[in-house]
Amino acid sequence: MITPWQSFWAIVRGGLITARHFFVNMTYHTLRLFRIKTRRRGAVTIQYPEERKPLPPRHRCLHRLTLRPDGQPRCVACMLCQTVCPSECISIEAAEDPDPEIQKVPARFVIDLSRCCFCGFCVEACPEDAIRMDTGCIEMAELRRTDLVYGLDKLKS
Amino acid sequence: MSGAQGDIVSETLILVVKIVLGLIWLLGLGLYLTWLERKESAVMQDRIGANRASVFGLRLFGLFQPWADAIKMIFKEDFVPAFSRKFLHGLAPFLSFFFVAVTVAVMPFGDVLRLGGRTIRLQILDVNAGLLFVLAMLSLGLYGILVGGWASNSRFALLGGMRGAAQVISYEVALGLSLVGLVLVYPSLRLSTIVETQGGLLFGVLPKWGIFLQPLGFAVFFLAGLAETKRVPFDLPEGESEIIGFFSEYGGLKWGLFMLTDFLEIIIVSSLATTLFFGGWQVPWLGPEGFVFPWGGRWSLPHGLVVLFQALAFNFKVIFFCWLQILIRWTYPRLRFDQLMDLGWKLLVPLGLANIGLTALIMGLVG
Repeated sequence: MITPWQSFWAIVRGGLITARHFFVNMTYHTLRLFRIKTRRRGAVTIQYPEERKPLPPRHRCLHRLTLRPDGQPRCVACMLCQTVCPSECISIEAAEDPDPEIQKVPARFVIDLSRCCFCGFCVEACPEDAIRMDTGCIEMAELRRTDLVYGLDKLKS
Repeated sequence: MSGAQGDIVSETLILVVKIVLGLIWLLGLGLYLTWLERKESAVMQDRIGANRASVFGLRLFGLFQPWADAIKMIFKEDFVPAFSRKFLHGLAPFLSFFFVAVTVAVMPFGDVLRLGGRTIRLQILDVNAGLLFVLAMLSLGLYGILVGGWASNSRFALLGGMRGAAQVISYEVALGLSLVGLVLVYPSLRLSTIVETQGGLLFGVLPKWGIFLQPLGFAVFFLAGLAETKRVPFDLPEGESEIIGFFSEYGGLKWGLFMLTDFLEIIIVSSLATTLFFGGWQVPWLGPEGFVFPWGGRWSLPHGLVVLFQALAFNFKVIFFCWLQILIRWTYPRLRFDQLMDLGWKLLVPLGLANIGLTALIMGLVG
């Protein structure tokens, strides 16, 4: 049974907790305003466009097609990524390569990022290490959906 | 120009200047309370708060944010739903705003200012029933809610308006009762007299503020005042987080006017709490000639400095209460409607009545 006194005290304590947060954080803000170093900051905010959180090394973001030493994409148009893609956002058109060791190259390699779910299955499936998701680019907003369809020119790097 | 005529002209001029300054004070403080609310809530929650609005790259902790918000709201479409009662729909926010803004007329900002042989009272209008005037205007502000909810012609808005009416009327009773004890102690309804009486000393040391004479009255008054502002612990009329309340059908500047009214109500409740319970413009032990300390010290000050101290004291106290109300708004969750009615009728009204009885008893025994 909660007595009225207990509930009253709980209400007061709630106010004291938020007031404590206010005064402690204000102290840190004021000290930092006057360029005095403090152990912690008054806020946990990361001021995003200027300040960024470092991405973890295995973070999956925008794809890239890795290149051979001669500048050609490593991709051999085996269609494994297109097959495994659960969002069906990759489409590849193969073309013949004059080099008999390579045989096939992609004539078109399109990823529709508006459908991509960034699962990373394409990277796992690739036998040639030709596609990776390690560009670190996480800002892919566009005003039109068609701008989110990335072709070979944008994916090669 | 003859002397009497010149006197009327200058008196009118002074009054106009006082009205303009009072409105600037109220609206400016109301505007910056929106900034204070955002920043204070952010600091309480370990965030930073609005700090992006800038003028020529100058951010100043987001001090331009209220202006940016105001400009945004002015340029929004003035949308009036086809099913609403057009005239009343437009009138409601102005009713709500007017009845709150007009109460600033009786707030004493300071004692008299002597300027060039003239005595200017730092109060727009020294009404002899100032306290009743404020209470009456605060209850008339209810019409803004009720008319807004009804004229929107939408079920949610109407229900919000009805909840608002029930809440404001219930807490009006407690608010009135909590002040009866105060009127018994300082036998006056004139706000300037109440503040002047609080300049005296209790037991020769303590300033004779209402909080020391009427602690129970203050508790009831402050809780009822919080409910009058219709903000979060008591925001059932508007449902601030969901906006399913009396201003569901409002947008743009009209919505902004309702929102501004909330902030003005905070200021008015803070001013009332300051004026009635915390000595208004009184600084402890500051008389018209300077400080006179109860332990025998004395520190003479020129008249201008005394007036400045008094005005600063009033503003400091008002801003403290605004801060406290915002702290409360960002700490407590909303009451259920039955809890709200229980608090009003079963706790605050009996406490207010007990306060009257107790005050009368003590005053009868003491003298």
